[in-house]
Amino acid sequence: MTAPSRDTRTVMVERELAHPPEKIWRALTTPHLIEAWLMHNDFAPVVGRPFNLRAAWGAIACEVVDIEPGRTLSYRWDAMGLESVVTWTLTPTPIGTRLRMEQTGFRPDQEQAYQGAKAGWPRFFANLETVAAGVD
Amino acid sequence: MTPDHDALFKALADPTRRAIFERLCGDGDQTVGALTARSGVSQPAVSKHLGVLKHAGLVRDRHEGRQTHYSARGDALGPLVDWTRQMTDFWQSRFDDLEDVLARMDQ
Repeated sequence: MTAPSRDTRTVMVERELAHPPEKIWRALTTPHLIEAWLMHNDFAPVVGRPFNLRAAWGAIACEVVDIEPGRTLSYRWDAMGLESVVTWTLTPTPIGTRLRMEQTGFRPDQEQAYQGAKAGWPRFFANLETVAAGVD
Repeated sequence: MTPDHDALFKALADPTRRAIFERLCGDGDQTVGALTARSGVSQPAVSKHLGVLKHAGLVRDRHEGRQTHYSARGDALGPLVDWTRQMTDFWQSRFDDLEDVLARMDQ
């Protein structure tokens, strides 16, 4: 799987955590632990397997896209007409693990719409770049 | 996310509508007739697509005599910017909760 590009359509959050990768991996892939920090779920670490994340406001339809145990986990995250992919990456560091979450939030056709709009509205997109810079 | 996002994403998901929207972004105001001539679909179909785009807030119309001119709205993609901001806040707070969970877990 190609790494999502770090452009304005990607949300990225990264933290260094004082815990080993194996422990963080368990928190990311064990249903009762996922529920404790994210949402109620029926996750199983099997590529191609659909699962749901459920909250009071509704459900998010997910499907496991890619797994490399202890290193990376990707799943589709479809909600409210928006299709996206969430990718977790774990990198060992001297104090523990750097954990990165990237959510690439637009379909290829929506990307095209963006490119079309970009031609017409350079100033609007300059503002968007500023917002995105704050995201990083 | 709100229903506004839904209308926006659905409006942009159709390739013909997207082509119409992109043309309005790139070339400025146009009539239904001018848009039809370059779209490869019938005038009623173009009018229907313009209705969906208008409902999503992506275009506005202006009546001039017997003609209706359509133009792209520069502020329409704002909710998409809000989306990245909202999702960043969401994930930051999920990371906070994840750290709490990790602190409580056995090694």
